[in-house]
Amino acid sequence: MDARTEEFLAYVQGGGQVEAGDWMPDEYRSKLIKFIEMHGNSELMGVLPEREWILKAPTLQRKLALTAKVQDEVGHAQLIYRMAEDLGKSREAMLEDLITGKAKFHNVFHYPTKTWGDIGVIAWLVDAAAIISQKALLKCSYAPYARIMKKICWEESFHILHGRDVILAMMTGTDAQRELVQEALNRWWGPLLQFHGNPIAREEDPMFIWRIKSQGNEEARQQFLEGYVPQIWELGLSVPDPNLRRNDDGVWEYSEPDWAELKSVVTGHGPRSQDRLAFRKHFLDQEKWVRDAVLAA
Amino acid sequence: MKVFEVFRQEKKGQPFAHAGSVVAPDAAFAEAWAREQYGRRGESEALWLVPRDAVHEVSEWADEFDLKYRRVDGYSIKARLAEARERAGTAAP
Amino acid sequence: MNARAQQLLELADDELIVGWRDSEWTGIAPTLEEDVAFSSIAQNEIGHARALYELAAAELGTDADALAFDRAPDEYRCAPLVELHLMEWAHTIARRYLYEEADRVRIEALKSSDDAELAGLAAKIDREEVYHRMHAELWAARLHDEPRFRAAVEELWPYALGVVPAELREELARRVGLDVVEAKERGEHTPELAELWNEMTEVRRSVPGAEW
Repeated sequence: MDARTEEFLAYVQGGGQVEAGDWMPDEYRSKLIKFIEMHGNSELMGVLPEREWILKAPTLQRKLALTAKVQDEVGHAQLIYRMAEDLGKSREAMLEDLITGKAKFHNVFHYPTKTWGDIGVIAWLVDAAAIISQKALLKCSYAPYARIMKKICWEESFHILHGRDVILAMMTGTDAQRELVQEALNRWWGPLLQFHGNPIAREEDPMFIWRIKSQGNEEARQQFLEGYVPQIWELGLSVPDPNLRRNDDGVWEYSEPDWAELKSVVTGHGPRSQDRLAFRKHFLDQEKWVRDAVLAA
Repeated sequence: MKVFEVFRQEKKGQPFAHAGSVVAPDAAFAEAWAREQYGRRGESEALWLVPRDAVHEVSEWADEFDLKYRRVDGYSIKARLAEARERAGTAAP
Repeated sequence: MNARAQQLLELADDELIVGWRDSEWTGIAPTLEEDVAFSSIAQNEIGHARALYELAAAELGTDADALAFDRAPDEYRCAPLVELHLMEWAHTIARRYLYEEADRVRIEALKSSDDAELAGLAAKIDREEVYHRMHAELWAARLHDEPRFRAAVEELWPYALGVVPAELREELARRVGLDVVEAKERGEHTPELAELWNEMTEVRRSVPGAEW
């Protein structure tokens, strides 16, 4: 590592902030773009599992709320992609890499949504898992990222409340509705535990080394369990892991997540990976004429 | 397509702060889109939309000579004030 | 059902179904910025539908959700224009543009209605519609010379005429710059509506009477 890069590394590790026009080592720039892309891709792909249920929302209020929530995810994709664009990667290139599988998106968005129960579980728990990572990004060394995370975290706060409200309506409803929630939770638990990534020591995680991430994967997962398992249990729901428990020292123990499943899914072999990418590609291709012929200056 | 910087004012009387940017073919589309991205919840009192190339950044400064005489931290009156009070017999007991 | 309730349902059903159709574009519009803006329009329409259903619900002794979701497909009073499944941008924007023009003409008339409650709601809706019109006009201007847009407008024009009562069609034609032709009238639903209804009411029907 050359002297200038070492100086930069010490700077960010000491809490220093970096702006778009500042000098940055190539490795920082490329790691940053990769991280940003995965985040933006995830917001954009996260739209698809929920979008189907906008159309099936059972009340006017839920339809409005779910449309607004999904709209926020699209808005977040816009904020995030704009950052990568300002770092030198075009939106077109990012969308191309997403479609071809060269760039990835988070595991949870590769799974099907089967019932309205999934909609509750996603907004309540999947969004909660995401917010933990997002709050940690408020301390990102890349200042534009830290800034947009304020808007993103503020908007996500209604998502969690909406999610909880959807769940509570079902949990105080009929047996059939309660069953929808438990069944959805049973299916989502595995992907949720995998969501924050394998427990690589943060000192070995390049994203942490450059202070793009400010917390380790296991730290995030523990925060999720600490915050949300009590919420799950207090509703009389069960978590499908007989080994899940909180130790006296406050550390949560759980069955080893299926890391092979995680790897397989994020490399495009999830149950809905390919058809969702195909769906996205269909509309990107179909509307290319709008971008090219009409919106070009 | 052009980048338009978005500045937003949260409440009347507050400064306009940079909030992000939208990519649009012209100012009219930029307005239609920025309205929703930065105001769909009624969270903004007002927005300024500025084409990126109209923003002229200034971030280099000469820092050669002592400029503290222009700032509060360039003045330390404690010792002199104590002496003046002594002289006037108004120092605290 | 009295004439007032019928009229309210006509307006509400138009807004609900066009809002439902517009919400299909969430996540897949041509650009991210347009996606966000388009979704707001869809939400506004659902909001208008809700306000109109609430007026009708008071009239009919029920609630807005029951009116929006619990009627059979052939009981809806929406115009065929809003039922069409148009998952291609030129057609979607053509419908947006034509629907806004038709809506503007009928809202103008409603604002001066003797029915104070309806006139008040029409004025409120109108103030939000200002931004829908801005959006539709931006796109109509951009796509003015685009052949697929022109073709879509021609194709949807008879449907657009069917949105407004006969006495308002001259006005609508004047605004859009096309001649009055035979309208695709309200009253007969397209097969698309039944398909839409199945999807729209799937969750609600799964546990009848439940709170969600």
